[in-house]
Amino acid sequence: MTTKGVRRPLGLAPTAVLLLGALYCLLPVCWVLAASTKTRGELFTTNAFAPGTGLFSNIADLSAYRDGIFWQWMANTALYAGVGALLSTAVSVLAGYALAKFRFFGRNMIFNVLIGGILVPAVVLAVPQYLLLAKAGLANTYWAVLLPSILHPYSIYLARIYASAAIPDALLEAGRIDGAGEHRLLRVVAVPLMLPGMVTIFLFQFVAIWNNFLLPFIMLADDERFPLTVGLYTLLATGANQPALYNLVITGALLSIIPLIALFLTMQRYWRTDLSGGSVKS
Amino acid sequence: MTTPTRGARADRAGATPYLYLAPAVVLFTLFIAAPIGYTAYLSLRRVQFSGLGLGKKSRTEIFVGLDNYRTAVADGEFWAGWLRVLGYAGLVLALMLGLALVFALLLDSARVRLARFSRIAIFLPYAVPGVVATLLWGFLYLPSLSPIHATLRTFGFENVDLLSPSTVMFSMVNVAIWGGTGFNMLVLYTQLRAIPRDYYEAARIDGAGELAIALRVKVPILAPALVLTTVFSIIATIQVFTEPMTLRPISNAVSSTWSPLMKVYRDAFVTGDLYSAAATSLVIAAISVVPSLLFMRLVRRQAFGEER
Repeated sequence: MTTKGVRRPLGLAPTAVLLLGALYCLLPVCWVLAASTKTRGELFTTNAFAPGTGLFSNIADLSAYRDGIFWQWMANTALYAGVGALLSTAVSVLAGYALAKFRFFGRNMIFNVLIGGILVPAVVLAVPQYLLLAKAGLANTYWAVLLPSILHPYSIYLARIYASAAIPDALLEAGRIDGAGEHRLLRVVAVPLMLPGMVTIFLFQFVAIWNNFLLPFIMLADDERFPLTVGLYTLLATGANQPALYNLVITGALLSIIPLIALFLTMQRYWRTDLSGGSVKS
Repeated sequence: MTTPTRGARADRAGATPYLYLAPAVVLFTLFIAAPIGYTAYLSLRRVQFSGLGLGKKSRTEIFVGLDNYRTAVADGEFWAGWLRVLGYAGLVLALMLGLALVFALLLDSARVRLARFSRIAIFLPYAVPGVVATLLWGFLYLPSLSPIHATLRTFGFENVDLLSPSTVMFSMVNVAIWGGTGFNMLVLYTQLRAIPRDYYEAARIDGAGELAIALRVKVPILAPALVLTTVFSIIATIQVFTEPMTLRPISNAVSSTWSPLMKVYRDAFVTGDLYSAAATSLVIAAISVVPSLLFMRLVRRQAFGEER
């Protein structure tokens, strides 16, 4: 390559490649935006990306479907993802802080065993989790989806890295010399310093639970407790042979991604994958 | 760990770290260790019916040793599923990670316009659940609805069936690439941004162009991140379930045992043979343990490199 001396190279080709990638990623989203505004007739007759006239009637139809079960699914998903991610963040931060800032017997062993959880395929867990929860009388309840979602080994790993990078040992030592108890140090020193990392862990876990399909699919039989993913799947499964239901599925798909996309666009600076790297210039 | 230098701290820490770890350890025991143990237990047993199979006494669970494993391994459909998933995973890994790397490198080169827009747009599918992604693409694959078919027709490809037995795998690969490229791109891009800019100055003074810098300086620096994303992607693609499951209602080409994981689901909940399902799922776990161990070594090196 003899690009030597080219001081002001035009970034046309790289820009074009990236824009093509962006176009590819936006295509299905644009399509669903357009399709959800179409009436049944328009869906099959008009241009795929041309807006239609039926958005509000589609939303009304979807809201009327089985007495508004779609909104129940939406609320369920928010509950699973919100509460699950909150508890998950708390558990991960406590564990990560303990692993990063204390020396104690069994530290490495506990870390390795917990991290080993990342490697266990979800399938090995989901079926027996269902059987065990069924024995405890918890299958087909909110708990069945919530409880297995709390432990997230990768979050513990991230929390440990973040704790060792963000909390100076000297600060903890100074606090101890001043006679502060461990719980007070956790509350006053560790948690405030780890807050940005906690937001990141929360967001990733929130999305993971929001998008999860296998676990609720296995755990729940009663569609009153379904999250959106399982609800939309059953809607598709019943509607696949009835093009009349296509509008409901399409509108449901659009409404189900709006909250996450909003979260994603407003919380941009927290979407970081490298917690140890300190600041990310974006 | 008995590091003498920190002995005093260890004494003073007392019960505190154990207390903080307790929730994680309890949850691990209940929702990871116990299920694995229970699966292993089930995989060695089977229900035997005596007499006519009626009444409570006639149904007994017996120990059958490795019989369930023999059946699982001897099942041709199981291996056919693996073959499909390996083809699928190979394509997804190569294309998704290749694209993620190219996009990350392009974003990092200073000469790109609209970089922020492209980055957000490419990361956007991460916010779309797998079920919804498959559903959207599924509609786009339907001839009656899709702009894809209209485009293909203008190029002279009539009646392309994107959901036939010979094409449905590629259609699924496309969904996975669409959903996964952005996240992996972000991982690699974040890593690239962490490298100080003056790192490249030496190469630039030596007359290296952007391409040479990307290939000879940036890619080697990215190697650990590439291994990490690869291993994560292997674990995820081997367990593919949501996409084929969601395509089933609209494509006859996806069988109920398309991927090994779908076979486990069918055995456990449709045919009700928990014992086979347990054995099969442990075989799947054993097969995916190879990339997993690789990951384990990596995590250890990273975590401890971090400490001091």
